[in-house]
Amino acid sequence: MTEPTSLSLSACSHLPIPFNTSPEPLELIAQGAESLLYKTTFLFPSQPAALKIRPVKKWRHPTLDKRLTRARILAEARVLVKLSGEGIAVGGGGRKVKDPKKGNGVVGGMRGLVPAVLGLDWEGGWLVTEWIEGGTVKEAIYRVSRARTMGGSGVGLSGDAVVEELRGLLRKMGEVVGKLHACGVVHGDLTTSNMMLRPFGTASPQSSKPEGHDEASAQLSTGPAPDVDQPKSTSRSQTSLEGDIVLIDFGLATQSVSDEDRAVDLYVLERAFGSTHPREEELFACVLDAYAHGEGSGMNGKAGKTVIRKLEDVRMRGRKKSMLG
Amino acid sequence: METIVLPHLPDHHLHVCLFVKVHNAQFLRQQLLDGNVDFEYAFLDAAVLLSRQHVLAACFRAINDMLQDRLKSKNVHSEIVFSLSPNNNISDSFRRFGVSEITTEILAVKVGNDQMQVEEHLRKHVEGQAVPFTDEILTSIRNEARIQRAYRVETSSDQADAFIIGSMALKGS
Repeated sequence: MTEPTSLSLSACSHLPIPFNTSPEPLELIAQGAESLLYKTTFLFPSQPAALKIRPVKKWRHPTLDKRLTRARILAEARVLVKLSGEGIAVGGGGRKVKDPKKGNGVVGGMRGLVPAVLGLDWEGGWLVTEWIEGGTVKEAIYRVSRARTMGGSGVGLSGDAVVEELRGLLRKMGEVVGKLHACGVVHGDLTTSNMMLRPFGTASPQSSKPEGHDEASAQLSTGPAPDVDQPKSTSRSQTSLEGDIVLIDFGLATQSVSDEDRAVDLYVLERAFGSTHPREEELFACVLDAYAHGEGSGMNGKAGKTVIRKLEDVRMRGRKKSMLG
Repeated sequence: METIVLPHLPDHHLHVCLFVKVHNAQFLRQQLLDGNVDFEYAFLDAAVLLSRQHVLAACFRAINDMLQDRLKSKNVHSEIVFSLSPNNNISDSFRRFGVSEITTEILAVKVGNDQMQVEEHLRKHVEGQAVPFTDEILTSIRNEARIQRAYRVETSSDQADAFIIGSMALKGS
């Protein structure tokens, strides 16, 4: 990930209790408009965790600020817990928004495809989730994109093989978004930086080996067929796109089963993908195809096709339906 | 007896001891009902505990709520029992997760205090066999049906850990 920035005790004083006095390392990983993301530990010193803090906004009225922080922390946590209980909880993990138009009901559940919630404090404005090993899908695509540029020279993967791997990755993206939608949730901010590619075998937080996942993925990968000149295991894991896609950052997620909302979710991803990965843009059709037809997608029925049709409308007019705002 | 220091909570050591074959649960429960200050422990029914993580998530929440002055129950120890529950009913949480008269496997948790003192006191008053507090032993003594009922899950609770811990964290929201 990004260069770790360890904070001294005094620098933590703006953090909410109990993190303001914590002796644990808190590495600032990312900073958005609304929140700060730290890598730290929680419950076990050996278990990495993601701490998302929504700091107090001093320019807002304190009562309003509290309410907004509370509502946003809870909305995100509720969606994550609902998804982790999909197909597990009695009554469907709060599956109150049951999709009447769900395809043929192939919902494998989202457990393991979103981070688990470990703790939160809606008054303090923090949420701790499981740490997802691996890098973002964005980084992975950049990596293979570079390999593609270099062609067969030195990297050991031909251009065609790279494109095949990319197609596979994009299909997995479509399937996971299909599953998410089938669970009655739209993400609200689908981008390739909000998708992690977690190497196989690093799923459970307690058994994960933070340092060894590159090796693990190299050992586990069966190797693509056209692996011409048998590259070293390090360069293999450099270009490997194997692993599970895990969706992160549900800060803008909402519970909805409407075709419109689902189509907008896909549209946001399509636009983000096109501008982040212009070289791969023509491959995006794989995402939509897997969304509507993919094996693991929960939308591989009529519902998926309806959403794709709706997406055409959204493309014509843009994300906003109402022309008033 | 094990002392656990939760990340971010260095000043609140947890002294934890798992007992099996306990045959004086009735006495222990009575001390809690009488409000005997010498028995300020969280006595948890180990049959409804999923894993170390499950227990520690409840402890973290209880201690954090204590630090913020928003305990819903009498003290941090009763709050640990309450924190395990996915709903807001305090007496219901004691019934499901606390020690009953017939409980035979008990996890005792004490926040703070001297480890030696706690260990001595527990060994003197809990008539049972102390065993290591490990996921393996918790798994061997857990009552799957009771966990499923308490958290309203319908699959093996091993798969439900994320949902269970998440539900505890969201409780009261």
